[in-house]
Amino acid sequence: MSGIVGHLGGPAQGPRGEATNEAPWVRFLLIAVALAFLGLVLVLPLAVVFGSAFAKGLGPFFEALSDSYTFSAIKLTLLVAAVAVPTNLVFGLGAAWLLAKYKFWGRSVLITLIDLPFSVSPVISGLIFVLLFGAHGWFGPALAAQDIKVIFAVPGIVLATCFITFPIVAREVLAVMEAQGSDEEEAALTLGASGWQILTRITLPNIKWGVLYGVILCNARAMGEFGAVSVVSGHIRGETNTMPLHVEILYNEYNFVGAFAVSSLLALLALFTLLLKKGLELLSQRAPKSEPLPTPVETIVAETPVTQVITS
Amino acid sequence: MTVTVSNLIKRFGHKNNLNAAVNDVSFVAPEGKVTTLLGPSGSGKTTVLRMIGGLEVPNGGSITVGDRDITKIPVRERGVGFVFQNYALFRHMTVADNVAFGLSVRKAPKEETRAKVAELLGLVQLSGYGHRFPGQLSGGQRQRIALARALATKPSVLLLDEPFGALDARVRVELREWLREFHEKTHVTTLLVTHDQEEALELSDHVVLLNEGKVAQAGSPHDLYDHPASPFVASFLGGANVLRTNDGEVHAYVRPHDVRLYKTPVPSSDQLEMGRVERLIRVGGYVKLLLTMPNGDPMSVQMTKQEFDLRGIERGDKVLVDVDDMKPFSRDYQI
Repeated sequence: MSGIVGHLGGPAQGPRGEATNEAPWVRFLLIAVALAFLGLVLVLPLAVVFGSAFAKGLGPFFEALSDSYTFSAIKLTLLVAAVAVPTNLVFGLGAAWLLAKYKFWGRSVLITLIDLPFSVSPVISGLIFVLLFGAHGWFGPALAAQDIKVIFAVPGIVLATCFITFPIVAREVLAVMEAQGSDEEEAALTLGASGWQILTRITLPNIKWGVLYGVILCNARAMGEFGAVSVVSGHIRGETNTMPLHVEILYNEYNFVGAFAVSSLLALLALFTLLLKKGLELLSQRAPKSEPLPTPVETIVAETPVTQVITS
Repeated sequence: MTVTVSNLIKRFGHKNNLNAAVNDVSFVAPEGKVTTLLGPSGSGKTTVLRMIGGLEVPNGGSITVGDRDITKIPVRERGVGFVFQNYALFRHMTVADNVAFGLSVRKAPKEETRAKVAELLGLVQLSGYGHRFPGQLSGGQRQRIALARALATKPSVLLLDEPFGALDARVRVELREWLREFHEKTHVTTLLVTHDQEEALELSDHVVLLNEGKVAQAGSPHDLYDHPASPFVASFLGGANVLRTNDGEVHAYVRPHDVRLYKTPVPSSDQLEMGRVERLIRVGGYVKLLLTMPNGDPMSVQMTKQEFDLRGIERGDKVLVDVDDMKPFSRDYQI
């Protein structure tokens, strides 16, 4: 379900030398095959999403979007992202800083642990929280006694989303920090700067593009997360339904225009994210002030159920 | 101010690691002079410099600047200027902001800072580059900005880590001469790390030659070159052929340019050994020859192109080897 797409960032390489070029017909064949595959796997599904959303015209499209349940799903999705993204920004920055600047025992274990949410199936990630906070989970009874509801409520959705999206900011920033090393911080130290001055005047300005990049990707994933959220949500319409979950419900009710209308919003988010990401890459390369972004490890694009709109 | 390093020890990794990167190093860097920490890679020279700068914490020993013991004083309060091998300029700041950094973190008045930056940019001959970013400068220019930045806070000691390491050969030589002149103007006590013996001989008043974490020999460049204490010092500085007695004991050395070669017998021929020319390398105005002596030892020889042409030596020739200036090692210099 999750769309993890390899990505080649950084400055463009020059054209290949003539000696390594293939014969013209080979090139055309390869390009044709690649284009056909892209069309089938990427462009066609995207076209289907928008086509189906507008199948009955503009009226039904906007009608579907103005449905009160749809509206509350959009609101919940925005709320979840608004909590998960800043949380992961703070903890991701902290983790990246710790891992990039210090060598300590267990460091490599910690780096591997950060990747855990990427390597576990989102459904299992959701189940972990059910096992912890569910009615029969470890902390469930204690929480219930305090009248705190986590599972099948908004806190569970936020927790699951934070867990799923945790690696994104941390990995992006870690890559940038490792590429830059600690030399500038050391230089600032010898010039008499305090720890706070070093952080605000050297470290943060140097990693700002990496941070922005991570935030955008984190946001896309937070809004599009389906698997983990599905497990902890309980699918209560108007209360614990996020946009991706809402799409599934509408689709299962044969409300195709509604399902695809909400899908098209998520698809637009994905396209907008890609555009923003590309823009950032260009900006960071053009700015004389900073180094280009290093090649990111992975790029995570918003996922939507049913239609599987994954673009790159 | 005079920098005195006493019995400095640094071990990396585990506490009981017996292979100390810096193993009981002591030396004095005289006030107002350029002192070079010279040595092959892995000799511990950069680690010593970083400990003086406060960027590494020694496991033992002490460092004093003037009569102030700075061993346990944090970097910020040491008052040392540090120039990094790759310059470590702040890439998101202009050149002027880079130079001003040390003053601005001390909250110096704006006017004063501006005047100081202008003065320093003039001193490193980069006035008018203040608005640029480090990415828009050449390697040599970045090096000079790094120097200006380090000098802005009026450090009592200037530390330079491989200052010319990342530059191409021509710029390196130019900048070396420039740095020497620069020092004549400023007279800041300077410690410089390099692995390049030519750089050390040309730039410094005082050389501390390090090998495997220990001081091999310290003194003026002239001292080390003329009175090497060990085969290592002789061969590291200037290159040398180590001569052995028949039982294999090292007893003396001879510089490659102090060897004469003859194809035909000369008056003192009866005392000379025959060597075989294995390799010839022509380098511009001089020629390097590699010989094998009768006892199997190699002997490297260097002569001017004129002399080489005059003798008419070719590869594979057997030649008479006349050692002009054979010198014993100065044992008393050894530490």
